[in-house]
Amino acid sequence: MSKKAHLDESSSLFVQEEAMLDDIRCKLNDYSVERSDLIPILQMIQEKYAYIAPITIKMVSDHLNIGACEVYGVATFYNQFKFNPPGKHPVKICMGTACHVKGGDIILENFERKLEIKEGKTTPDREFSIERVACVGCCALAPVAVIGETIHGNMAPSKVEGLILGFQIEKEIQARLKEKKEC
Amino acid sequence: MEINQAFDKICKDAYAHIKRLSLIKGPRISIGMATCGIASGAIDTKKAFEEELEKQRIEAQIQTVGCIGHCYAEPVVIIDHPDSGFPPIFYHQVTPGKAKMIVQSFLIDGDPLFEYLLGATKENELIPQIYDFPRFSQEKRIILQKCGIIDPEDINAYIDGGGYSGLAKALQLAPDEIISEIISSGIRGRGGAGFLTGKKWSFARDAEGQDKIVILNADEGDPGAYMDRTILESNPHQVLEGMIICAYAIGAKRAIVYVRSEYPLAVKMISGAINQAEELGLLGNSILGSSFDLEISVFKGSGAFVCGEETALIQSLEGKRGMPQHRPPYPVQHGLGNSPTVINNVKTIASVPAILNNGGNWYRSIGTENSPGTAVFSIVGNVIHPGLVEIPMGVDLKTLIFDICGGIPDKKKFKAVQIGGPSGGCLSSDFLDTLIDFDSLAGAGAMIGSGGMVVLDENNCMVNIARYFLEFTQNESCGKCTFCRIGTYQLLRILDRITKGQGREDDLEQLETLSETIIEGSLCGLGKTAPNPVLTSLRYFRDEYDAHILEKRCPACVCRSLTAFYIDLDKCARGCDACVGSCPVDAIFTTKNRKKGVDQTLCVKCGECQVACPPEYNAVIRVSPPEKAPIIEKPVD
Repeated sequence: MSKKAHLDESSSLFVQEEAMLDDIRCKLNDYSVERSDLIPILQMIQEKYAYIAPITIKMVSDHLNIGACEVYGVATFYNQFKFNPPGKHPVKICMGTACHVKGGDIILENFERKLEIKEGKTTPDREFSIERVACVGCCALAPVAVIGETIHGNMAPSKVEGLILGFQIEKEIQARLKEKKEC
Repeated sequence: MEINQAFDKICKDAYAHIKRLSLIKGPRISIGMATCGIASGAIDTKKAFEEELEKQRIEAQIQTVGCIGHCYAEPVVIIDHPDSGFPPIFYHQVTPGKAKMIVQSFLIDGDPLFEYLLGATKENELIPQIYDFPRFSQEKRIILQKCGIIDPEDINAYIDGGGYSGLAKALQLAPDEIISEIISSGIRGRGGAGFLTGKKWSFARDAEGQDKIVILNADEGDPGAYMDRTILESNPHQVLEGMIICAYAIGAKRAIVYVRSEYPLAVKMISGAINQAEELGLLGNSILGSSFDLEISVFKGSGAFVCGEETALIQSLEGKRGMPQHRPPYPVQHGLGNSPTVINNVKTIASVPAILNNGGNWYRSIGTENSPGTAVFSIVGNVIHPGLVEIPMGVDLKTLIFDICGGIPDKKKFKAVQIGGPSGGCLSSDFLDTLIDFDSLAGAGAMIGSGGMVVLDENNCMVNIARYFLEFTQNESCGKCTFCRIGTYQLLRILDRITKGQGREDDLEQLETLSETIIEGSLCGLGKTAPNPVLTSLRYFRDEYDAHILEKRCPACVCRSLTAFYIDLDKCARGCDACVGSCPVDAIFTTKNRKKGVDQTLCVKCGECQVACPPEYNAVIRVSPPEKAPIIEKPVD
């Protein structure tokens, strides 16, 4: 990536973050300043932006007039809240009982090895992230992985490779098309 | 009288609505679209039906219903095509391809495709009825009765089947009469602890305080149980009706549905149901013309297993970390915002309308003396027909696993059943005659708990299963009590080293003392029951622990540090490359005589090569301990 492109990208990220903060600030007005609204507020941020940035914790604490450590304490207590922005293709591995019995941990390990990240992390190019989730509800298809919104049942290590390869090929095709257009 | 009149009007409108629907010509296709159906591809199936109907220019109604509880059969489609002369037909595992074929051959040519159907849903002379199959006939459905049959988004469908009549009846009784009916039914809380529901209600009724609250506990966190979700997704009105009755009985004006945010469809269904009930005057101010008001709101839980515990649930509603509190005072006296609060599980509440309609004595006649009624289990693991099963209490485990759910697939041997999720225990085959009720299961060391049931066969390692559940509870421990926080961590470390072949001789003794200390030193149910999987598996499968520790061997060949894969050179076919491509770490090499070998230093023991090896060779073998694998020399390049 050229230096200019890199700068462009980081400034666009900055713009995105500003827009996010403005949006959250605006939405906070819909909530009361009671402590009982803390979890609904955090859920609103999580659902819209898929993670809770450190700076938003401060905003919430100002809104509810409680310490930022209190907000952080509650947010980290519950599994729903994430603190890293997820990848473009979030990979969720089911760790329900049925999937465990049929080798869900092997599938998780394969994703970790192929993407070279640990669960809970995002790849440096922000393409993929790995997360373990409780039962997704299709025990008959175990083991199960969910990528984006698509559920992949009867997973196997060789399928992991195929899925990731599919995304990479797709990305390359898109890049080539873009190049062609620019020419 | 006013209540009856108001309710009659609602019923008449509902009947008229359903009648109008039934008069529409053409076949009616019902597709199971709860989370499990969607996960198995019901959306694509529905799309295929729509496209094919459009293409063939057939007029038909497509209706979405909830989940019928038969996970093995998803996606499920029921087609009612009266003109064909066939009864309504239940199709299973309907892929988009099958959907197109069904449209062509059943809806156009009149051939119902016997190879794809499971059975008929009404008595007839052509097709066997599904309700005669053991998976259906031995069930007794009270809670799940309408799940997967009616459209969960249409309140009229629920009313048409007799819905809300329990509420209409209840509103004409005095609250004390309702409570005595519930007490006489003997129903015990289905959330796990099995406390008498009627007693709980009467405590709340007698408690001082004006602003009483009812909370529906749908914070289902057990990793293998999903019946509460199914009920909310498939028949939310039954739950609402139960909640309204409960609120009326204890004198509450406010009720809260506490449902996991991981269940977006359940949230959507129950919220929609609340709106519909409000529109018809079944919720809100002066319900059915009476002087009773009730407001129900939905709160989304954020995914903490411990919040299923009453006091922790209240903490999280107040915007705090969900940490259990000392009891007494019990929530029925001082609950949310210090108001008397009744917290009931979804299944308990969903049983209430039927009790009101049929009377407490009717309910008492089902099940056993001390555990009346039915129990819902989600049966997963190595069993032929997994899914949700509702049985009367007092059925034995053998009937449930082998007759109703079809037994173990691939002719494998039954080893154990884990009942009650992370808080429950593992029972060996000696306990197959145990009756399913609160007391018998507790006596054997397990519990009904959340109703999760995992069937394990000879290829499952008990130490590994105990470790799995303990890892779950360890992660979910809130950290309040030292014994639970640090104790479960220590337990997990010990189990970890046992599964890695580094177990010490005194480990089992330590596991036992630690478990007892955790049980004694923990405040809430999570800590008190967390060691159960370890204790029961130790009690009934001690030999497996011994094999891991003394012989460094996993008898079921599951624990990866204690097993190895090798390729039997006598069986391996020369020149066959099937396993090579399957290996994710390139650990398979070609020997001098063009057969294959496994590089043990690279192998991650995922078992892919075993799957890839063609069955006629079956050359990949898994052994424990790893030293048993013969060393095959890798040729130098």
